[in-house]
Amino acid sequence: MSATAEILDSVQSSYKWGFETDIEMDLAPKGLNEDIIRLISARKEEPLWMLEYRLKAFAAWLKMEEPDWARVDHPPIDYQDLHYYAAPKKKAGPKSLDEVDPELLKMYEKLGIPLKERAILAGVEPDPNERPQIAVDAVFDSVSVATTFRETLSKVGVIFCPISEAVRDHPDLVREYLGSVVPVADNYFSALNAAVFTDGSFVYIPKGVRCPMELSTYFRINARNTGQFERTLIIAEAGAHVSYLEGCTAPQRDENQLHAAVVELIAMDDATIKYSTVQNWYPGDADGKGGIYNFVTKRGACRGDRSKISWTQVETGSAITWKYPSCVLIGEDSVGEFYSVAVTTNHQQADTGTKMIHVGKGSSSTIVSKGISAGKSNNTYRGLVRILPSAAGARNHTQCDSLLIGDECGAHTVPYIESRNRTAKVEHEATTSKIAEDQLFYCRQRGLSEEDAVNLIVNGFCKEVLKELPMEFAVEAQKLLAVSLEGSVG
Amino acid sequence: MLDIRGLTASIGDKSILRGIDLVVPDGEVHAIMGPNGSGKSTLGYVLSGREDYTVTGGSVTFNGIDLLSLEPEARAAAGVFLAFQAPIELPGVNNANFLRTALNAIRRAHGESELDAMQFLKVARVETKRLSMPDDMLKRNVNVGFSGGEKKRNEVLQMALLRPKLAILDETDSGLDIDALKIVADGVNALRSPTFSALVITHHQRLLDHLVPNRVHVLAHGRIIRSGGPELARELEKTGYAGVLAEAA
Repeated sequence: MSATAEILDSVQSSYKWGFETDIEMDLAPKGLNEDIIRLISARKEEPLWMLEYRLKAFAAWLKMEEPDWARVDHPPIDYQDLHYYAAPKKKAGPKSLDEVDPELLKMYEKLGIPLKERAILAGVEPDPNERPQIAVDAVFDSVSVATTFRETLSKVGVIFCPISEAVRDHPDLVREYLGSVVPVADNYFSALNAAVFTDGSFVYIPKGVRCPMELSTYFRINARNTGQFERTLIIAEAGAHVSYLEGCTAPQRDENQLHAAVVELIAMDDATIKYSTVQNWYPGDADGKGGIYNFVTKRGACRGDRSKISWTQVETGSAITWKYPSCVLIGEDSVGEFYSVAVTTNHQQADTGTKMIHVGKGSSSTIVSKGISAGKSNNTYRGLVRILPSAAGARNHTQCDSLLIGDECGAHTVPYIESRNRTAKVEHEATTSKIAEDQLFYCRQRGLSEEDAVNLIVNGFCKEVLKELPMEFAVEAQKLLAVSLEGSVG
Repeated sequence: MLDIRGLTASIGDKSILRGIDLVVPDGEVHAIMGPNGSGKSTLGYVLSGREDYTVTGGSVTFNGIDLLSLEPEARAAAGVFLAFQAPIELPGVNNANFLRTALNAIRRAHGESELDAMQFLKVARVETKRLSMPDDMLKRNVNVGFSGGEKKRNEVLQMALLRPKLAILDETDSGLDIDALKIVADGVNALRSPTFSALVITHHQRLLDHLVPNRVHVLAHGRIIRSGGPELARELEKTGYAGVLAEAA
């Protein structure tokens, strides 16, 4: 067995995305006030209605208090000690890859994010062994630095662009839908986001269109003492289909950094939105120093009949995760899904789960949550299933499984179930287990190292969730699980 | 060759093995019999390196290496295989994936190239066929929802694929019907070679009808109290352990 020092070493060096990119930045002065909000709005060349929206949100936020009900613990956040805008100086919003700072391109290459569009030769069948094409919107601190495949997508009417651009170019759509799923004053962090959000992705899939490729956004925090406030809005019109992925990383730093995002999804009749996340923000070191505070509001509205929204998340990073991707199931026979793997090690804290609000007749939801705790970490599943009187015949099935590695970590399950319709069916199953010594021994007797054995068992435990991820991502996620848990047994 | 000398081991405060001396030459199959609680399973666990047991004395040399100094996975790489009396379930872990990971771990340890999924399936299908196992056994999760017989056959499949130099079968015959018993025995017989040896822990003569041992040892109270040829097992079947125990006392 490896020595303790060796294990600690492997844990500390296991965050491979912790490097910093040296690039000249346009940084707003520290602090949060109306002037800063005006500055952000001016930098983004926003119309007046957007500025007013922000100011209204800021006014609401000032009257709100930070929530304290989650099972997480952190020193008070000084909101005046952050930069709310940080962008590479060279060019804001370049139109083509040629205009992107080569330093940035190098960084994305290092992160393995494909920003180069592969030339498509007419009449040539794509090689099945090659990676499938994925359109990427790359958000670096407060700005989107590149969005690929926009032309290919626009041919079928799909809009995929930075949200700051959508505010200028598609104001009618943004005005209609922004804040329609997560209202400005929904919660403390959503209000903060509405006031100061800087960039994120905008996706619009027109009626009957099946998006021809996976869309993805890659978020990178780079600048010191900044917060990242991403805003994403996805609209799928009747009969539209889209699969969207997001990934995120940040440099390894001793101070905590705030990431407060808001994601809104809207699905009309027969539309399907599949939203997958691999969250790998810097988790802090082995002593719990540093790491990202990931305070995120994600919510989808199944407005149309038979519409479907599916959230899949693999959460391995962040010092603290506070996140409940939810579905409001308004349409008849609409479907909400939440598949989650949350891994915590060292001193990480995760309080995550979902809300399924059943409004429409025959709406159904599935929740599968797998929590894995190791080290001194705490991992909480918090979920709400609410059946309104209108939701006749609604169904929910919830399965929450926790796996403990070692004996200094905690797993908690906090389910809330409110049913106000007697024809609804709600099921909840929960298990907590430890990786059993006999399982480890069985694997090792067959020749597997202890780490490989833990990986195999953990991946088996998460299988139901991992199989929901697009193929490419599933492989990445498996590797990430392995890296996250490196050295957690010993 | 397996050479066990004066081996003592305990779990917690309880001493279980109280001085085992046993030599299994290459190419031989030895049966270990004895009443419940005599230390038969413990011997299997101690040889394969289970950490719940503390070795308090003695030595085990296997093909010239000090087996007791190795981690369980290194012992597996050295060729030690334990067929578990109660095979462990691994929820969500596909049997084929598990077997391939194990096989590749062993191959890596021997400096051999790893098998990809297709190559592995080819090899595995030959063995499942030989063991009359349905193909879907490879697709199911490791031992999850397997019947008792299927679990035992899965152990024999693993053994066939990993090609150990020393197989320890811990009551692999218990709970099996005659046909399954024959499959298990055939599985071991197929591996018999001048470089393979086996320790077969069993309560029953009937396995030894199909898997004729070179030697039979009776273990009681943590010691080998009697050794003999295959006829010893037949004698025990008739007289029970009482006679041998009384003789040894």
